Amino acid sequence: MKFVAVTSCPTGIAHTYMAAEALEQAGKAAGHEVVVETQGAAGSTPIDTAVITAADGVIFAADLEVKDKSRFAGKPTVDVGVKKAVHDAPGVLAQAVAAVEAGPVAVPAAAPAAGAADGPATKVEAGSSTANRIRQWLMTGISYMIPFVAAGGILIALSFMLAQAVWGEDGAVKVTQVDAATLIDQFSVVSGQDWAVLLFLVGGAAFGFLVPVLAGFIAYAIADRPGIVPGFVGGAIAVTVGAGFLGGLAAGFLGGFTALWISRWRVPRGIRGVMPVVVIPLLSTLITGGLMLVVLGKPIAVLMDALSSWLGGLSGESAVLLGVILGAMMGFDLGGPVNKVAYVFATTGLATQGLADDAAQFQIMAAVMAAGMVAPLGMALATVVRKRLFTQAERENGKAAWLLGASFISEGAIPFAALDPWRVLVSSLLGSAVTGGLVMAFSSTLRAPHGGIWVVPLIGNPLGFVAAVAIGAVVCASVVIVLKSLRRVPVEASAQPVATPA
Amino acid sequence: MTTTLTTPALVALDATGTDREAVIRQLAGLLAAEGRVTDLDGFVADVLEREAKTATGMPGGIGLPHAKSAHVAVPSLAIGRVPAGVDFGAPDGDATLVFLIAAPAGGDQDHLKILAALARRLVHASFRDAVRTAPDATAVAQIIAEEVVPS
Repeated sequence: MKFVAVTSCPTGIAHTYMAAEALEQAGKAAGHEVVVETQGAAGSTPIDTAVITAADGVIFAADLEVKDKSRFAGKPTVDVGVKKAVHDAPGVLAQAVAAVEAGPVAVPAAAPAAGAADGPATKVEAGSSTANRIRQWLMTGISYMIPFVAAGGILIALSFMLAQAVWGEDGAVKVTQVDAATLIDQFSVVSGQDWAVLLFLVGGAAFGFLVPVLAGFIAYAIADRPGIVPGFVGGAIAVTVGAGFLGGLAAGFLGGFTALWISRWRVPRGIRGVMPVVVIPLLSTLITGGLMLVVLGKPIAVLMDALSSWLGGLSGESAVLLGVILGAMMGFDLGGPVNKVAYVFATTGLATQGLADDAAQFQIMAAVMAAGMVAPLGMALATVVRKRLFTQAERENGKAAWLLGASFISEGAIPFAALDPWRVLVSSLLGSAVTGGLVMAFSSTLRAPHGGIWVVPLIGNPLGFVAAVAIGAVVCASVVIVLKSLRRVPVEASAQPVATPA
Repeated sequence: MTTTLTTPALVALDATGTDREAVIRQLAGLLAAEGRVTDLDGFVADVLEREAKTATGMPGGIGLPHAKSAHVAVPSLAIGRVPAGVDFGAPDGDATLVFLIAAPAGGDQDHLKILAALARRLVHASFRDAVRTAPDATAVAQIIAEEVVPS
């Protein structure tokens, strides 16, 4: 059999190499081929991707975290301490042989997803195709982002639920109107309202990291550690200029490649020492942040203005058409600039004084919120109906997406959209448009700017509202399933470097 | 490399220490006497700190205390044969052969590769036996010089 192994130890000068030699000798003695990567102080040369691909099994004899562990994902693996390999290399090898004979590991999903199960993938195999590498960069960012989506989204959803319970029928609105200073001043452990506010503020803080984390870890996957700063800062600026997660994707790639480029400069020896701590972060962050602000900020502001005035001019059109347009905008970029224009359009209408109970403004608000619930629900539904079209990480995210969708937290769909933007956004757009149109047709109304299913008491014709959301979610799920099924290379195959781009 | 990893002066054919620290101190003393270690106590402390993390006893009666330390001037190897044996925490018994590796804190790649090569050689029984049965310190240093070649 063929094995690849990684050895490492705390000091990196003795055990690492003894274990490597012992494993190689044990392999020779037992008639197995063992190729060892020593991740020690003398630097390590990564094992050739082709060798890893050809290997039957993997041996980790490492006391430190294995670098780029994702390279080995999906293969039968034994994980022992470095000492075990030094003291009993034949035993470790026998264990590895047994692991290989026990058969392939269950569900070798996409390599990045498998990596995500035990700490997100960090880097990308050198030999893989461009499409595959882009996918792995994205997956790295997404796998770090998902916990933020889940933590923040669920806290906010819980906040809405609690607020509805303790604060009356518009609790989900009131809970968002208390600021941190007030909470700090008045917090009482026996007040349900205070707890609701606390959940909302903590959830909101977690949500604030969503785009920066996405951008930061995409950049990290591209450029390794130098990518972190420009990626995070670029992501934060994407938030500032209202560019949403699409802006975050741009920031991640921009920051990553800027950092990679600068880190490859040939510099005099004297400067080399300060490159990683000063020069690379300084320049890459300046370039990335500057470009995000100047190049991206202005067009987005112009776009938002144009969309706003266009929407304002649509008031004469039929209600259903307006609902379709607003719905499509909500689903288009999930919290990005287009989504924001539609949302602001609706909430601005709410502020109009003296509206009748069935005023168009209330219908528009209902259409916008219903449409904003569709994408997470549709994706959650799709992960249940067609599991194999989604990576492990996506399926996990799908579970949280049910609650996030029900709570009108469109961001629950971002992990899906970031990995496969056009298929997910097209289906989100279609599903949300259907829902927006249906809500207008059913004449549902809504007097709250958010809260999702938890503000049902504030919804007029709630049955129509729920039906519209459900139909839209089914449309969204169906479209995404069809689009993903048409893809030539299924998710599973991208574990290997593929010649055909996905 | 301007200096070799070890010299006859760094070999103790009959080390007499009865515990780990005594043996380490004796071998470190050889390194200090040759000017390869600048601060004996500081270096010994660094080695013992590494020992405290995990024992460095290896199969085949080997003790392999080592440290990357600011008190090391030149990457060096001191070798002690301990006929009475001394416990280095190996599961298969006391160490009768102790290699003390001293690596400078900012050791460059060439030095580290030499040490890596040494660690690899130690796995081979033939290498250990040759060191054990060498007639004198010069022969021991000779074996190291010949066998330990960076790959």
